[in-house]
Amino acid sequence: MPYNVAVCIKPVPDPKYYDRITIDPQRKTIVRSGIPTMINPVDKNAVEAAMQLRERFGGYVAAISMAPPDAREILREVLAMGADAAYLLSDRAFGGADTLATSYTLYKGLKKIELERGLPFDFVFCGCESADGATAQVSSQLGEWLAFPHLWNVFSIESVSPDSSGGRESFKLRTKIENGFMEWVGRTPLVLGVSREMNKPRFTSVMGIMKAKNKPLTVWGLADFAEDDGHGMDSGLIGLSGSPTQPGEIFTPDLKRSGETLTGTPEEIVERIFAVMRSNGVSLVFEP
Amino acid sequence: MHFFEFSEEQKMLRKAIREFVESEVAPLASEWDEKDVCPGDVFKKLGELGVNGIFVPERYGGAGLGHVERAICLEEISRHSAGLGMTIMTHHLGIYPILQYGSDEQKDNYLPYLCSGAKICGLAVTEPGGGSDFSGQKTLAEKADTGWIVNGRKCFITNSHNADVTVFTAKTGEDEKGRNKLSAFIVERGAKGFEPGRKEHKLGLRASVTGDLVFADAKLSDAALLGKEGGGSRIGMEGISEIGRGGMSAIAVGILRGCLEEAIKFANERIVYGKPIAKLQAIQFEIAKIRTSYEAARLLTYYAASLKDAALPCANEVATAKLYSTEASVEAAKRTMDLMGGYGVINEYAVGRFLRDALTSIPSGGTSHIHQIVIAGGTLKDFQA
Repeated sequence: MPYNVAVCIKPVPDPKYYDRITIDPQRKTIVRSGIPTMINPVDKNAVEAAMQLRERFGGYVAAISMAPPDAREILREVLAMGADAAYLLSDRAFGGADTLATSYTLYKGLKKIELERGLPFDFVFCGCESADGATAQVSSQLGEWLAFPHLWNVFSIESVSPDSSGGRESFKLRTKIENGFMEWVGRTPLVLGVSREMNKPRFTSVMGIMKAKNKPLTVWGLADFAEDDGHGMDSGLIGLSGSPTQPGEIFTPDLKRSGETLTGTPEEIVERIFAVMRSNGVSLVFEP
Repeated sequence: MHFFEFSEEQKMLRKAIREFVESEVAPLASEWDEKDVCPGDVFKKLGELGVNGIFVPERYGGAGLGHVERAICLEEISRHSAGLGMTIMTHHLGIYPILQYGSDEQKDNYLPYLCSGAKICGLAVTEPGGGSDFSGQKTLAEKADTGWIVNGRKCFITNSHNADVTVFTAKTGEDEKGRNKLSAFIVERGAKGFEPGRKEHKLGLRASVTGDLVFADAKLSDAALLGKEGGGSRIGMEGISEIGRGGMSAIAVGILRGCLEEAIKFANERIVYGKPIAKLQAIQFEIAKIRTSYEAARLLTYYAASLKDAALPCANEVATAKLYSTEASVEAAKRTMDLMGGYGVINEYAVGRFLRDALTSIPSGGTSHIHQIVIAGGTLKDFQA
């Protein structure tokens, strides 16, 4: 059966420009303006997983992102990779969001897409973590908001057999753990945080770029989430005000070291160095 | 509006090709150069991305774009492997006459698999007697009862040993003044009496194959004739002057870009007297010169390609771009090498390869002297009283 798939995309600063990144000491957020962005690398694995699912079973793939307006470019790339449609949730009110407010906003966006298309999502793929924040929280939070089963660090997905009772297919899923993997069987709808090992993302083709020109890219702001359709946003749950995470102090550690000039014969100096090291707990016993 | 700006799609194309090249080409470019091999698997992948038939209409399996987009692809590929750039550029050079002058049957027959990456194309014009003495070709195609019998030798042919389809020119008669009449043909690998000969051991552009093609009583069908009988001069010259030289120019722009990036990287990393050498004015002068020649080469190259896309005469503009870009790439590689000191001559760094590639780009598609003759000829005509 064909599946409706959503892929969450995050634009992250291009690692080539990491040296230009600063942190706003007041808001304690990364200052991203003026730094070229790219698709969060593991999000491409999520896109690839969605593409493979569509190639195998048919269906529809929508990309969704909560980001500043210039993330259009990033979403065009996902369309060029093969997604059918893209949605950008962009509003000043969404700014300053932590993972909870981000996942809430994405959840509302996904619900709105479902409402407009009249079809529920069967899969929501996310990259397992972002290259900048690396909290790895959004996919699980999104699963909770949507009340879908969710798994994180998924590296393999395989269909098992159609479920006779509900007609829904079961999927065998594997997640990475420290010394091996865990195997799960899940039934749609599912939210999956995809790991890098899942696949090798396809390259964007020239034909894909040309097709992307004519694919829909919708931008929604806060005002587009009207209360009357039952999917309005709670303004207390978005942006900075919806973010319970409060970063602590941000400071550059003082790495200055004090030096002491030792005088005497080399033997005396070595003795002195050893004494200081021993007194600081450094073991100087050599075992053959 | 800027005088010169790429469209959003062109920028996306550059980014997509760059990502591919950085992942699939850059890590292996030096190995291909050392082993002197053309990576057929990467050629195939480039076909799947749409690069191999970039300017071929979609109905024949191409991407339906133009020559500016072709130059973007060649620049990005050549930024890391000008040799692979050379293979693709020559593939385009072979495809172009089929697209421009081929019959519907020939186009339907050849273009789809040449665009998809399944097969490689080439163009064979040059002979031991010289490439620039175009009309002096000695390869002879004689009309038989059915088809043609071809005898002769082509040399310095890129994709000689790996092309599945080769477009070539041969003498098919003489006009009333005794001048050679040339015709163009399409020959497939494995045709009876047709085979590659000597493979050259080149200084640079070594991820491309160059060698001889030998015709010994090669029998070709009537369907092998490309365009009209006697139309070979135009077919060959148009391909070389617009597609071949335009492509070489884009390859040289890629080499220039590669040099610029290597120079900047090295200058920022190399610490002398307690600071990166990028802080030294003597080094900055070199970087400024490389940047300037890169920008100039790029403007000339993309401007000439945009004329081609607009179906305007461009042979002179292409020649200007090719002359400047290839010469500038040699100079930039030398400057980068100088900037790097001893490291510049260590083969772990790409700059030595860039210099060899740049030098090899000069005779490809006509030497700098030939280009100056072309440019001067066009200029004198343009400024005629």
